[in-house]
Amino acid sequence: LRFAPATISAAADGAARFARKGAGMTRRQIVILGGGTGGTMAANRLRRRYDADEAEIHVVDRDDRHVYQPGLLFVPFGLTTVDEIIRPRRRQFRKGISFHEAEVEEVRLDRDDVVLGDGSVLPYDVLVVASGSGLQFDETEGLTGPGWNERVFTFYTSSGAEQLRGALDRFEGGRIVVNFVDLPIKCPVAPLEFAFLADWRLRERGLRGRTELVYATPLDSAFTKRTCAEHLSFLLEEKEIELITEFNVGEVDGVGGKLIAYDGQELDFDLLVTVPLHGGAAYVERSAGLGDALGFVPTNRSTLQAEAKPNVFALGDAADVPTSKAGSVTHFEAEVLAENVARYFEGDELEAGFDGHANCFIETGFKKALLIDFNYDTEPLPGHFPTAFGLPLLRESRLNHLGKLLFQWVYWHALLPGRGIPGIGPAMPTTGKQYERSPT
Amino acid sequence: MTMTLIADAPVDVDAEGFLTDPSQWNEQIAEGIAADYGIPELTDRHWLVVRFMRERYLETGNAPSIRALGKESGVPVKELYQLFPKGPAKLAARIGGIPKPRGCI
Repeated sequence: LRFAPATISAAADGAARFARKGAGMTRRQIVILGGGTGGTMAANRLRRRYDADEAEIHVVDRDDRHVYQPGLLFVPFGLTTVDEIIRPRRRQFRKGISFHEAEVEEVRLDRDDVVLGDGSVLPYDVLVVASGSGLQFDETEGLTGPGWNERVFTFYTSSGAEQLRGALDRFEGGRIVVNFVDLPIKCPVAPLEFAFLADWRLRERGLRGRTELVYATPLDSAFTKRTCAEHLSFLLEEKEIELITEFNVGEVDGVGGKLIAYDGQELDFDLLVTVPLHGGAAYVERSAGLGDALGFVPTNRSTLQAEAKPNVFALGDAADVPTSKAGSVTHFEAEVLAENVARYFEGDELEAGFDGHANCFIETGFKKALLIDFNYDTEPLPGHFPTAFGLPLLRESRLNHLGKLLFQWVYWHALLPGRGIPGIGPAMPTTGKQYERSPT
Repeated sequence: MTMTLIADAPVDVDAEGFLTDPSQWNEQIAEGIAADYGIPELTDRHWLVVRFMRERYLETGNAPSIRALGKESGVPVKELYQLFPKGPAKLAARIGGIPKPRGCI
């Protein structure tokens, strides 16, 4: 409601500006910052919606490497390679999308334009911020100091995941600590999945008896959603993973093998697998009025319109909406975002269409996986997805593991081109879910 | 959800003792909760953090994370841990009468 007056007046302005397109006066200028999951989906969906003479679509990214990020989890275990999960960004775009390989210097909200690293300027009628989140190694003392990539690792970068693979291959027993420094992080279940997969690999190699596996989280439990805690807590016990909660990392000593919390607690490790703090793109912080203290873009959680200005939208990890930073979320957002950009141009009221829907496969090792599906208001529930005849929810199964493996194909060939999956819309499905607690 | 008495005032709390209705909060309640959690006296620095958390929650519907607190409240992260031992964001939320900050699984 807070945005309503601004939306209406700006929408009216938008309508006035774009109503004349038939007379050839204006071609809409859409600038999308970021050519990853969200930026590519948004660009392709908008390209399908508008003919070339109706809108110019520009995408800006600093490099031409599109990483299928869920694949990074599998790299340290040799289950995939970096080459298999990286493709050129420019090849994921539909025809008629201009790709600019450039840094973004600044967004000038007052001028409706973007200054690129080489000083050139891209004016826009609508801006879509889709520049994701980055790793802030420097925010944790000692993290990249001595010992970095020797006994201190992250699998959240392609080079880190590769180096960790070597370290796991050489590992002969000892104490492995898996940790994330603090939320928000991309794919918040990934560190837990890493611990599950490490347990599997170590058992296969006959090293599990000689290895202590520790999961240290800043939260007060491994699972903070009630239904997850009820259905999934047994996994840690079953896999003999020691859980340490409320551990807030302030410093890493990579030589002494110590993780040091702000309150002075210490955790010893032989091998540390951590996830650094995340923040939004640096240009977001440089652009007056666009982002918050962490560089994320304050965004309406239902319409995906940014608070900064009515002609600015955000999706994916770059937006501060209160749901998981995950590819599935971004995919569901992209459909709503494309619709609302069109409504903005038409001067129509925006659709409050995004319900916080997230859908995540969670690898549990031994060729099994879980699936969880939830939104802003509904906790992950047991049952099946998307209908009673679908994949089992909140329960380990081989089918879910296959689903996770097949998903990369779906990502490149259906989701990025903006086609979606038949029968799965942005809103969380309710059929197939068990709303009353079952005795399982 | 249950009702309990804090500093002689009836308030609604969740299973972990967090207030479920921020409008039932007042400064005496804050002091009462703080005392129960090992902070005998709330200093100006404590109040600065508690008020910042509360205002931010009422404004946006989300409690700020410890990092956002460290960057925006003017109190550095290290000091936050000295003021509110263990989990500063959680304890400051508790004292400020707003819901517990949540993770996502």
